[in-house]
Amino acid sequence: MTIEAIQEEIIDEFSMFDDWMQRYEYMIELGKSLPLIEEQYKTDDNIIKGCQSKVWVHAELDNDKLVFTADSDAIITKGIIAILIRAFSNQKPQAIIDANTDFIDEIGLKEHLSPTRANGLVSMVKQLKLYAIAYQTQLN
Amino acid sequence: MFDITKIRADFPILKREVNGKPLVYLDNAATSQTPQQVIDVIVDYYHRLNANIHRGVHTLSQEATDAYEQARIKIQKHFNIAKPQEVILTSGTTHSINLVANGFSSLLKEGDELLVSAMEHHSNIVPWQMLCERTGSVLKVIPMNANGELVMEDFHSLLSEKTRLVFCNHVSNALGTINPIEAIISASHEVGAAVLVDGAQASPHIKADLQALDVDFYTISAHKVCGPTGVGMLYGKEAWLKKLPPYQGGGEMIAEVTFDKTTYADLPHKFEAGTPNICGGIAFGAALDYMNSIGFETISSYEAELLAYATEELLKIEGLKIYGTAANKTSVISFNIDGIHPYDIGTILDKLGIAVRTGHHCAQPIMDFYKIPGTVRASFSFYNTKEEVDVLVAGVERAKNMLL
Repeated sequence: MTIEAIQEEIIDEFSMFDDWMQRYEYMIELGKSLPLIEEQYKTDDNIIKGCQSKVWVHAELDNDKLVFTADSDAIITKGIIAILIRAFSNQKPQAIIDANTDFIDEIGLKEHLSPTRANGLVSMVKQLKLYAIAYQTQLN
Repeated sequence: MFDITKIRADFPILKREVNGKPLVYLDNAATSQTPQQVIDVIVDYYHRLNANIHRGVHTLSQEATDAYEQARIKIQKHFNIAKPQEVILTSGTTHSINLVANGFSSLLKEGDELLVSAMEHHSNIVPWQMLCERTGSVLKVIPMNANGELVMEDFHSLLSEKTRLVFCNHVSNALGTINPIEAIISASHEVGAAVLVDGAQASPHIKADLQALDVDFYTISAHKVCGPTGVGMLYGKEAWLKKLPPYQGGGEMIAEVTFDKTTYADLPHKFEAGTPNICGGIAFGAALDYMNSIGFETISSYEAELLAYATEELLKIEGLKIYGTAANKTSVISFNIDGIHPYDIGTILDKLGIAVRTGHHCAQPIMDFYKIPGTVRASFSFYNTKEEVDVLVAGVERAKNMLL
């Protein structure tokens, strides 16, 4: 599936909810399905700056595709990173670099989250894209 | 007579909604809300008085100067300070502490010792670390126990002839502990050390008598006592303030300027370079008037009731742990729930219109002591109600059910 198709799928899923509580509960559920980072990669180097809770992300190439794993000590944050990883993992680095992230707004995440956490979300997207840029350079 | 309905009506912001729910504002330790009486003073200043102070001969400047200096007198009287020139108006506690820390650069030498309590806000740690780097002095820490109380035996054994300065907050922002500053001040004076007390968190709850305390420096921020942000006080004993060199150079703080030599103005102006926050200073005075019109005894007994009720109700939630259980504390409750990150709880509470603080509260050493990433902190003011405590407790229950 392309990143765009996955994003559409996520938007569809979130459109079923009509209140914030259901959205959050779903996000927490998604957090539980997050492909967890291996303990050895839970280092300070892999912590994303700009989040009040801790978020670790690890990236590695599987053939020509980038695979992300992550974790967070806060469950809502874990849900957010799970959504991002679902859209971006197992994709070619160039596709990640080119990906539009408007779906975050469309599922009401940015609007519904506190400003500091929204910044954390922006930092997460930035970090995933930075990994993609780094691996794309390697592939070239 | 304490009429909570009448008091709440003084605060326009308390009528607003957040996320479709009535605002329950429990982040008072971060900043207090502003009553109409203070807002009116701010508006009136720009309607009627706005002018630069201390130099104009015109009427507006004279009137603005009078209002600003009257505010200084109000602050002086509120804290029972001996002389108005001992009240330095600053931009807030952080500025006040930095002013003192900077001044001591020329008074300390290598090997001098400074004592800091384990429960300080970063603003009462970092300026002293910077001072130590500049002077070669050593910063030592007065430890605290699991209840969040200072270990006084350790404090006494840390004190020595080498101790030059001692820093402690009157009340801890993260835990609410009221520290035994009387004992700290008198013991420090016995070895010849000066004491700076950060009164930012005490000021909304306790009317400190600074002459009785015999403290050398005391700092507060107006926005903790229903005043505006960006203005605060540094109290210093006149003898100390004379000894400290000026902090910033500029207008207002000089007596005479030539390119060969500049002489400095007398206190308090020596430390008040540049155009100050004039409106803020005047509003600061009005905020103290407002607090005093209710009365600090009334405020603290009402808040004690709220604290007792909130503590009892919150502890009914299984898995909830309160950090900071000192016998003597203000209406602040820092807590966590087993297995839940404080940030998650704060996020859900916000969706319910409840404003609390989450995180390390600018006091990371306390969080390291308890080995936690942070806490949820609910801090109550005299304009909060038991009904709001009930909303908080129900909100925490709901967050717990969602998050566990």
